[in-house]
Amino acid sequence: MFKEVLAEDQDCLTLNVGPQHPSTHGVLHLVITLKGETILRVDPHLGYIHRSIEKMCESLSYRQFIYVTSRMDYLSAHINNHGCALCVEKALQIEVPQRAQVIRVLMDELTRIASHVLWWGAMAMDVGAITPFFHAFREREMINEIMEETCGARLTMNYMVPGGVMYDLHPNFQRRVKQFISFFKSKLNEYDELLTDNIIFKQRTQHIGVLRREDAISFGATGPVGRGSGWACDVRKRAPYECYHQLQFEQVVEQAGDCYARYLVRMGEMRQSLSIIEQLIDNIPSGDYQAKTKAVLKLPKGEYYSRVETARGEFGVYIVSDGGTTPYRIKFRSPGFSNLSALDHMSRGHKIGDLVAIMGSLDLVIPDIDR
Amino acid sequence: MTLKQYFRNIWDGMRSLAAGMRRTGYYFFHHKEIITQEYPDVPPRLAERFRGEVVMPHNENNEHRCTGCTACELACPNGTIKIITKYEITPDGKKKKALDKFIYHLELCTMCNLCIIACPTDAIKMSQAFEHSVFDRSQLIKILNKPGSRLMEGVE
Repeated sequence: MFKEVLAEDQDCLTLNVGPQHPSTHGVLHLVITLKGETILRVDPHLGYIHRSIEKMCESLSYRQFIYVTSRMDYLSAHINNHGCALCVEKALQIEVPQRAQVIRVLMDELTRIASHVLWWGAMAMDVGAITPFFHAFREREMINEIMEETCGARLTMNYMVPGGVMYDLHPNFQRRVKQFISFFKSKLNEYDELLTDNIIFKQRTQHIGVLRREDAISFGATGPVGRGSGWACDVRKRAPYECYHQLQFEQVVEQAGDCYARYLVRMGEMRQSLSIIEQLIDNIPSGDYQAKTKAVLKLPKGEYYSRVETARGEFGVYIVSDGGTTPYRIKFRSPGFSNLSALDHMSRGHKIGDLVAIMGSLDLVIPDIDR
Repeated sequence: MTLKQYFRNIWDGMRSLAAGMRRTGYYFFHHKEIITQEYPDVPPRLAERFRGEVVMPHNENNEHRCTGCTACELACPNGTIKIITKYEITPDGKKKKALDKFIYHLELCTMCNLCIIACPTDAIKMSQAFEHSVFDRSQLIKILNKPGSRLMEGVE
């Protein structure tokens, strides 16, 4: 495709960014056509980290396939697992106990904060600030320790099982989460002081990579990318799952559609997630943490779809079952893939340095794009 | 750009630079808030639920709790566990299935914990060991039941 552009104008330069490039956050290969320093088009080339997860899932049972989805969007591994567990529960009509629902939501929101915090550091690093990265990792470490204590792992938790969660909460959980909330509130103000009000950061991100609302909808850019363009697309509000309908939180929507708007959405979401955790942490109902399920799960013949809101957008799980112990076909709708498709549209006409800022604001996780 | 805006930009630039430097200065004087884990010198404190590798606890009489039912082998998504059973003749003359070898491929394991929750007799658990690097991958294939070990009395 980029050869056509070349034929029109002999002054164009085709440049490969990646697959091993520090600013692409992973093995993403972008073929960029440049005229001078201005981007004419961007072609993302995928396939460098393709592990055929969807195909792998076809040979795993309904208990086993959940852990593989942690390897897709590893920064919101917990929420991916949640989506899969919800789909299996929907098919088997398992009633999840109240306690398990609250634990799941608590873990989801902690994961969301951890993911956004990491993004905040990486975004700042993309536009040239080194220090925020270290600040971000310090806060993320606290969440990782909470996860390690309760779930047993720091990144690929595999805490969700069909019917609830794998273990009950660790006795220290509430105390440590409360510690984290009070600590993180002061740090969020520090984040604003360091980066949100920074004039260099503002000039690097404002009016850069504008995605209008109609385009966001047509590209299917969900999550903070869609909400930064004024599209209220939060699955937690639109199609509430678990106990989200009982919670008080706002859907953060910005109208500008540029990198700075997406930044503000994520900063707002961190505050909203904190408020969700605050509402739940003292009100964890007692009871079972796991519903009783059969040893071997067999989904009735049919098609099932469920969706959740990960830190990057809408994550959908589509299972086709032929009545056996393994799925006939599994399809994952990953948010990163759709968000990446808007990259070409957003970065045309901008300078090559802005491409890095736009990619940073998309919050790309490559294994999520390339399953 | 008007002259007013020009000076405004300079002022904004100076202000945000000062704000950033104030943070840097704060951490310069509050270096206790900086976290450094001096890992090889100070061993890390790991949570009790931390999933490092699968182990099979034995008691002082070299007895384990594994009956060789292969529930963990079936639960494992990666084919990490291979159980070889043998037939033992009990004192009353009956043949009984017993564990011969519990082969654990650490190089395939993803620490998903599914084998632990599948085990009906709590024979295996996750240990906190995490330094798994070896020079040859064949060293990662482990036999979890110790040589000469037997099934614990009363475990069915």
